[in-house]
Formats: sequence, C-alpha cells, structure tokens
Amino acid sequence: MHEFVSTKEGLWLFMVTEILMFGGLFVGYFLYHGRYHEAFAEGSSHLDWRLGGTNTAVLIISSWTMALSIHYIQKGLNNKATMCLITTVMCGFIFLCIKYVEYSAKFHHGLLPGKFFSFEEAADPHMPLFFGFYFFMTGLHGLHVIIGMSLITWVMIRNIRGDFDPHYFTAVEGVGLFWHIVDLVWIFLFPLLYLVG
Amino acid sequence: MGHAHASGDNYINFAPGIKSWLTSLDHKRIGLMYMIAVMTFFALGGTMAILIRLQLFSPGAHLFSGPDYNKVMTYHGAIMVFFVIIPGIPAFLGNFFLPLHIGAKDVAFPRLNLMSWYVFMIGATLGLTTLFYGGVDTGWTFYTPYSIRTGTAVVSMVLAAFIMGMSSVLTGLNFIVTVHKLRAPGMTMGRMPLFVWAIYSTAILQVLATPVLAITLLLIAAERLIGIGIFDPNLGGDPVLFQHFFWFYSHPAVYIMILPAMGIISEVIVAFSRKTIFGYTAIAYSSLGIAAVSFFVWGHHMFVTGQSEVAGLVFSFITMLVGVPTAIKMFNWLATMYRGSIQFQSPMLYAMGFLFLFAIGGVTGIMLASVGLDVHFHDTYFVVAHFHYVMVGGSLMALMAGIYYWFPKMFGKMYNETTARISFVFTFIGFNVTFFPQFVLGAMGMPRRYADYLPPFESLNKISTVGSWLIATGFLISLYTIIRGLQSGAKAPANPWGAKTLEWTVASPPIHSNFDIDPIVTAGPYEYR
Repeated sequence: MHEFVSTKEGLWLFMVTEILMFGGLFVGYFLYHGRYHEAFAEGSSHLDWRLGGTNTAVLIISSWTMALSIHYIQKGLNNKATMCLITTVMCGFIFLCIKYVEYSAKFHHGLLPGKFFSFEEAADPHMPLFFGFYFFMTGLHGLHVIIGMSLITWVMIRNIRGDFDPHYFTAVEGVGLFWHIVDLVWIFLFPLLYLVG
Repeated sequence: MGHAHASGDNYINFAPGIKSWLTSLDHKRIGLMYMIAVMTFFALGGTMAILIRLQLFSPGAHLFSGPDYNKVMTYHGAIMVFFVIIPGIPAFLGNFFLPLHIGAKDVAFPRLNLMSWYVFMIGATLGLTTLFYGGVDTGWTFYTPYSIRTGTAVVSMVLAAFIMGMSSVLTGLNFIVTVHKLRAPGMTMGRMPLFVWAIYSTAILQVLATPVLAITLLLIAAERLIGIGIFDPNLGGDPVLFQHFFWFYSHPAVYIMILPAMGIISEVIVAFSRKTIFGYTAIAYSSLGIAAVSFFVWGHHMFVTGQSEVAGLVFSFITMLVGVPTAIKMFNWLATMYRGSIQFQSPMLYAMGFLFLFAIGGVTGIMLASVGLDVHFHDTYFVVAHFHYVMVGGSLMALMAGIYYWFPKMFGKMYNETTARISFVFTFIGFNVTFFPQFVLGAMGMPRRYADYLPPFESLNKISTVGSWLIATGFLISLYTIIRGLQSGAKAPANPWGAKTLEWTVASPPIHSNFDIDPIVTAGPYEYR
C-alpha cells in the first residue's frame, strides 16, 4: 500500500514534467501564431482535419479501453483486461498509420519543416515555420505514442503472466496515466494545428 | 537511539567489490558514486578555469587563439554548471543524508535512484566526447543565432545536457516522494532538519524547471538539424525567444545550485554554535519562497535585449524581492551564532567563509537587479564576479563545509584538522584575490568571454590569475586531506561534533539499512540544552 501510494505520487510528478515540456512548445506555437497569423492559417489549411479528427477519436477511445482494462483487473477479470490492452495498442497503431498517411502526403507536396520546405505555391513566406512546429510537435507526440504502446505491451505481457490481481496493479495504473497524458496532449494539439485555418 | 551493529558491519563492507557498488540500490553508495563523478568533473572544469586565467594573465592572447579560447570558456561553464554544481550537493550529500535525516531506510525509489546515476553518467560521457570532435564554442548558454550557425558539436552537447537534465528530474522526483511518504513516525514536516527543507525545495525546482530546459535544448538540436525556424531570424524566428526559454529554466537552476548549499550552512552553523537554529520556520519557508519566486525573474538576464521597459522594471522589482527571504536566512544564521558556543573547526570555517562571500555575491546581485546599473554591467566582468561569489563563494564553500562536517559519518574516520584549516585559508584568500578584482574590471568596462583585453586591465588580471593558483592549491590540499583521512584517519565516533540530527545517532559509517531500530521522533531537530 505504501509502495502503491508512493508510486502513484511519483508518476503524477513525472506527468507534470511531461506537461511542462510540451507546454514550452505550446508557448512557442502561440507566439508565432500571433506573429504570423496568415502563414499559420495557410499552413493549417493544408492539414486534413478529418484525418486529425479521426485520430482524436481513436486516442479518446484508446484512453477508454485503457481505463477499462484497469477496471477489469480490479474485478479479477484479467482476460478481459488483456483484450482491452490489446485494443489500446491497436488504437495506437491506427493513430500512427494515419500519421504516416499524413506525413507522406506532406513529403510528396514538399510541405516539410524549415530548410527542407519546397512547396512552390506557398503564398506566405513564413509557412515553413508552421510546418516546423507541425512536424516537431506531432513528431515528439508520436514518439510518446510509440513509447506508450511499448509500455502497454509490457504490462499486457505481465498481465498474461498473472502478475496482477485486484490487490496489486500499480504498473497498469502508471502506464494508464502515461497514456492518458499522451491523449491529453493530442487533444490540445489537434485544434491548434488543424482548426486554425 | 540506534546502536552500532556489534560486529562492525557498515554499508561500505556490506558487500565488497566494484560490481556490488555499480549495482547497489543503497542511497549511501549511490551518493558516493555521484561524489566521485562530480569531483572528477570538477577537476576538469577547474583545469579549464586555470587555462582561462593563464590566457588572461597578459593581454595579447598568447596561449589560445580566439576560437580556441571560446571553447575553453564554454567547457569551463558547461562542466561546472551541468556536470558539477547542479548535481553536486543534491545527488551526493542529498542522496546520502536525506533518508538518514528523516529516519528512513532509503529513498522512495531506490532502483530509480541507481538509474538516475547511470543516466547522468551517460549524459556526461556524451558531453565530454565532444572534446574530441570539434568542441563547443557557444558559451554554456548556447545563445542563438550563433549556436545555430557554428560548426562545432552543439547538437551532441545539448543532447548531453538533456540527458543529464533527465537525471536531475528523476532525482528531484525521488526526493519529493521520499519527503512526503517516508518520514519516521513523529517526524512531522516541522521537525525535519533544515537540510531536508533545502533539498525538498530544490527537488521541486528540479521537477518543474528542468523540462523547460529539456524542450529548449531539443529545439536547438532540431533547429540545427531540420531548420524549424523557431529561433533563426533567417526563417522568421526570434533569437530572443531562445533567451526567454533558456532563462526560464536557468534562473531557477541557479537556485537549484544555492538552496542545498544553504541547507548545509544551517546544519553546520547549528552544530558548531551548539545552539538551536534561530527562526526555524522562517528559514524553512524562505527556501520554498525562494523556489517559488525564482520562476518570475528570468528577464533580469535580458535587460538589454530590447524587451519592453515595463517588463524590465517588473523583472527588476521581483528580483530584488528574492533578496528578502535570502537575507532572512543570513540574519537568522548570524542570530544562531550570537551567544552560541562557537567551535572553529574546519566545517565552521568554511560556513563562516560562506556567510562573508555569499553576502558580497548576494548584494552585487541586487546591484545587477537594478536595470540602470545592469545596462552598464551587463556582459562585463562584474557579472562574472557576482556569479562566482555566489556559486563558488556560496555553493562550493558550503559543499566543502558539508564534506568536512559529514566526512566522519560517511567514512568512519577523522581527517587531519590542521591540513583542512590550511585548505580553507588558501581557498578563502585565493577566492577573494581571484574574484574581487573582477568587480573592478567589470566596472571599468572589461567585457566577459573575450580572449584578450585592453592594456589598462592588465594589472588586475594578473592579480586575478595569481588568485586562481591559490584556489587550486586550496582544493589540492583539501583533496590531500580527504585521501589521507580515508587512508589513515583516526576512527571516528558516532557523533564527533555533538550534533543532534538523526544521522549522528547511528554508527560511523552507518549500517546498510541505516537504523537498527526504526526511530520514533519526539522532538525537533536541534534540541540543545
């Protein structure tokens, strides 16, 4: 119990650091959005909000299945929990696939960050700056999605091995917390990047 | 009261061999591993300092070309800041004594603690390898746009700092949870030693401030590698934005450097005045207060960047406010000594040295906080002297006080008091000889970070360089004292100083699990008479 309470506090503190780290990027984004409003609007118009919106729904569903898996472990239904964890990872995979589709479309049109930007029909000279933010923020977020998927797979293996029961499931809660933060960051990223046009 | 383990077992002979140390989850062993790393890096950064002072002995840039000097100056700063002072006291003395001070067996997450050490070493190694492929010449502050354009190994160094920052975050997180959850029965927050309050406040800063540096460093790397444009004026970015991001962390960072030092001073002054601390609550809350206010002053590094006058005035005012809790501590320490029974052993000499040097450093900080004065002093040697007075005269002197104070407890041996006192004399006098002239040089207009200078500055630079040799001598004598003490020091009793905090109730050195019986605390930490 002692260890559980300590671990939860430790994990919340770690989540605070993740929010602060992404927070820096959001501050930078807000500043340049204010400074180069047209460039950001034009850049955002090249993003497909339907793909972004689907990704948002996918992550929200995955947060639900993650929470559901913990609920099942608390009830002693470990097999159902495993199914939920698998679904969570699958959602993460779908998210990454959609991102792959989006990224390759960008590469194809030359809508690349900074010095690699080669989109001829750019009306605003500061569009590369928007795409710099787009790729860095979604890239860093995508990295956290991959890390999260690995962590979920790890607790899933431990669950299958029988490590967790209604009295002990600290690692699953911790991974769940991480995954919810990853979801939360995307919920802020989506409107900022896709809906400003 | 804990008793010494009958058979002489302690954490050092608990399990022998290098492998058992490198895989140890014991906070005491991990603290010592940090100590060895930090001392090694200090020697390297100190060598850079000696080289800087040799270059500046005479005008004419004899020793290094301009570009090479920029590298030496960068490594001196980067090593001292990231590899020595930020981890220095928390990861070494904090790790060793925080659990002992609160009556715990270890920190909350011992495996995370060991991992923090490895993460630190990986980052440090990466940083040092840059010495072999081009070096870094941007100054430890990596200002843009130069840090984007220069051909040196900036990406590796910022990634190294990022990795070491991760270690700092994990250590801070560990300490916060330890203080919250692992205090012995009866040890309320109001009965914790002030060293614990200091480490706790520092840990909060480590957790909240370091992530902002982390993203800033990643952005520098991304700017160089893919040209995002956030800081690069050629792409529409703002180089001053970098300074805002950088100093948002790095100002709290300097309080990460000084708060633990102040914690040590509280302990040493109490023990060697044989009197309880004056104003425990004020000192405890001032640590938290300094930590909180430190987030709102970063613009005082940027008075001449073109930020608005209003911003300058606001930052100036808040910066001066930080002087208040800091001064409260200084006065409380003096009040503690008043009518105490002062013992002048070497830990106390270093602590008193701290009081004198930090007062000068702090007051010159208030001078720099004034926008008008700063316009004249910015980027001159006045600033260099100020921060060396607080970081060396402050943090480093306190670290030495802590090492000498806790040496008997950590190693079970006494060091030679005479050579320790001699080390103090050389270090204290040498420090003033090195850095006091730099206040004058700065006021006369000598710019910082320059490989050369105009002839009117020569005589003060010569004095400063001679001072650096005195400091080096002082630290070498300290090193000698420590090594001789380890080899052949007299056996130390459990409580050679007659101090009152929990670590002195167990044997020197402590057993592996710290306490034979879990302590039950019924009084405050400094109950004298």
